[in-house]
Formats: sequence, C-alpha cells, structure tokens
Amino acid sequence: MGGFFKSSIGRKVAMALSAFFLMFFLIIHLAVNITSVFSEASFNELAHFMGTNPLVQFALQPVLIFGVVFHFVMGFILEIKNKKANGVNYAKNNGAANSTWMSRNMIYSGLAILAFIVLHFIDFWIPELNTKYVVGDMSGMHLGEFRYYQELVEKFHSHIRTIAYVLAFILLGLHLAHGFTSAFQSMGVTAGRKKTLQNIGKGYSIIIPLGFIIIALYHHLKYVLS
Amino acid sequence: MKLTLKIWRQKSANDKGKIVDYKLDDVSPDMSFLEMLDVLNQELIDKDEEPIAFDHDCREGICGMCSMYINGRAHGPDRSITVCQLHMRSFSDGDTIYIEPWRASAFPVIKDLIVDRTAFDRIQQAGGFISVNTSGNTQDANSIPISKYAADDAMDAATCIGCGACVATCKNSSAMLFVGAKVSQYALLPQGQIEAAERVQNMVSQMDLEGFGNCTNTGACEVECPKGISLDNIARMNRELMKATVK
Repeated sequence: MGGFFKSSIGRKVAMALSAFFLMFFLIIHLAVNITSVFSEASFNELAHFMGTNPLVQFALQPVLIFGVVFHFVMGFILEIKNKKANGVNYAKNNGAANSTWMSRNMIYSGLAILAFIVLHFIDFWIPELNTKYVVGDMSGMHLGEFRYYQELVEKFHSHIRTIAYVLAFILLGLHLAHGFTSAFQSMGVTAGRKKTLQNIGKGYSIIIPLGFIIIALYHHLKYVLS
Repeated sequence: MKLTLKIWRQKSANDKGKIVDYKLDDVSPDMSFLEMLDVLNQELIDKDEEPIAFDHDCREGICGMCSMYINGRAHGPDRSITVCQLHMRSFSDGDTIYIEPWRASAFPVIKDLIVDRTAFDRIQQAGGFISVNTSGNTQDANSIPISKYAADDAMDAATCIGCGACVATCKNSSAMLFVGAKVSQYALLPQGQIEAAERVQNMVSQMDLEGFGNCTNTGACEVECPKGISLDNIARMNRELMKATVK
C-alpha cells in the first residue's frame, strides 16, 4: 500500500481523495454561509454549532486542515516533478489546441486559492481560534448577542476585501471546472467522460463559487447602500 | 508554395542544439510533410550540407516512427494522423513552420528530430505481454468467448502504435495514455487476467522509473493521439492498479 501512494497513479489518487473531501467541505461551508443572506438568527445558530461542536472542531476540522495542506503540498510536489519530466521547452507550443486553459493552469488557480486561504484564515479562522481556545470564550456572545453575523458583515465593509474574495471565488470556479471531473477520472471512473458527470461538474463549479460571490456582494452592497 | 521552415538542429545527444531557418520554394500542396522534408534534404545534400535527421518508416500511418512537433502540436495541425499522413495542403503559401523533436526528459534527443523512445520498449518489456506456451498445443484464441464490447475496447487500446505523441504533447510529459492503452489491451481479455496484477504494477513502476511525469487529466494526449486512444484507458489503468494494490 505504501508503494502505491509513492507511484505516479497513487499520487493522483491521493490528490483526488483530498479533492473529494475539499469539494464536500465547500458544499457544507456554502450551505452554512448562505443562511447569512436570509436570516441572521439561523446563521448565528449554525455558526455557533459548527464552531463549538466537538465532532466538527476536533474530528472534522483536523481532517480538513490536513486535506488542505496535503492537497497543496502534493500539488507543488507534482508540479516540480512534472517540470523536471518536461526537459527542454518547445520553441512553439499550442496548448490551446488540445486542452482547456483551466486544465493547464491548475497550479496558478491553486496558488491564487492558497493566497485567498491565507487571507481568509487571517480574517476569520485565526481570530476565531484565538477567541475560543486562547481567550477561552466559548460562548459565541458579544454584548449580549451572538457575535458571528456581526463579524461576518463587518468584514465585507471593505471594497478591497470584497473584490479579493470575488476574484478568489472566480479562480476557485476555474480550478473546480477542471478539478471536479479530473478527480473522478483519477479514481478510475470512466463515466467521468460521460455527459452526466461532466454536467454535474459544470454545475458544481458554477454554483459553489457563485454562491460565495453572492454572499460577499450581498453584504458589501447592503453596507454600501445603507 | 513558398515556406520558411524553423527546424531544430542538434548534432548529437550532447550538443546544445538550436533552431535553424530554411527557405523552401516550389512545395507542392500534394506532397506529404515527409516528402517536403525529403526535398529539403536533397537540396541540403546538393549543397554539401548535413541533411536533417528524422525518424520515418512505413509512411502509411502505422509504424509510429515519424515523431515531429509541428507548429506547436504533435504530428502537426490535423487530427488522428501521423506526420506521414499530414499533407502540405494543410498549410498556406508563405507560412512559417516550426519543426521540433518530441520534448520529454525520458525521450532524449539523439540527433536533430530523432529522439530515443526506448523507454517505451522497457515499459512494454516490464509487463506488456501474456505468457503463453507456444510449443504447439496452444489453445485457439477464438475458442474463448469474449463479449463484443470487451473485444472492441481491447482492439481500440491495441491500436496504439507507441509513437509517443501523448508524451510529447503532455504538459507533464506523462506516458499514462501509452501505458493505459497497453494495460487495457490485456486487462479486457481473459488471456490477460492471469498476470493482470503484476502487469499493471510492473509497467507503472517502470514508467515512473523512466522519468515520465504525472498525469493531470488535461486530455491533450487523447486529442493528439493519431489512433484516437481514449482517456478511459488511463481510468482503467488507475482502477487496475488500485485493484492490484488491495489484492
């Protein structure tokens, strides 16, 4: 088994498995966040549950962190190995003739997403960890009310942050446009070639980023227009 | 047709190599691409210059020898063809055409446009066969019932001519379409089942050993393959390797 994950195919299977977990996580994350557009109370309840539930915090969260770190570290390793396998570059190469821009630039869309994750962690995750586990305030309250909705809304007052988030989600969409079907292909699903899975992939790679974009724009515009 | 050709010239494996420009007048649109190069080589020979070394053999699209990266694409602009099946009518008068060898660390240049593709032979030797006793009492293959679908898919995989266009065109220089086809060809048939697990493990580890890159499913290989080998073969190889590992 150890030999399997050292092989080129094992590595792509590992890439796909971590991708599946991350794609599942994106659905959950969007489902929670989209409630902030409809109901402040529901968002607060859900955020408090996700932030304090031991199963989420101490079982799923470490797996998620491992998944994220593994996916991008392995992505870098593969990119370096592939560059080495490439040897001399062509004087003229027409990549657009046989493959999509997304498929040829996963490393760049991936790097943009990584940069976004750093920003996102500084914005939300690190302050959250600080409040809960360093300060030790697990109540989720601030001035007698749940603080989550307020914290979210405040972040989207900034034009620059909103633009950065929207751009990152567009790049996430491009990453997923190739990544979704690619993960299935890596796992040996020949049906990845068939219409249904490709259509699900298209839908997923549009709906998920669009959902996040709507949330960011909604809170930003609500603030700007008020 | 008048053409400007930008051709990779490299004296030997150790030479640095460079693109050299050649002008060619009077190219007929009916010539094949290799015939056009023959004409250029005759001109070079007449001028006492070293002709351009390039691989070619059958000139009917079946041997897989003619390996050239033409204007940024393996085997040039048309689909499902080798270079010998590419005709000058696919180009226009006054065109500039880049002609380069396959590029991959596992395919080092021997001279000019000729690359060393013996890495493919070594992968094939690692498991691309079935062990059959051929002493005279071999069972007739046609006596073993095989589903039409499996037979067709195996035949499609077996049409791979090992030209290396998949590696040449892959941004990762991955050989997975080639190995996928060779693995599938046997995995789909009862005769190939007996050695299936060792075959895929040995061929994949030889592929990795040769220094080919990691597939990222761009699908470029499938588009450029002169025989139209499908990505499904890579998926099947992935499944076969997973199956062999848990066995």
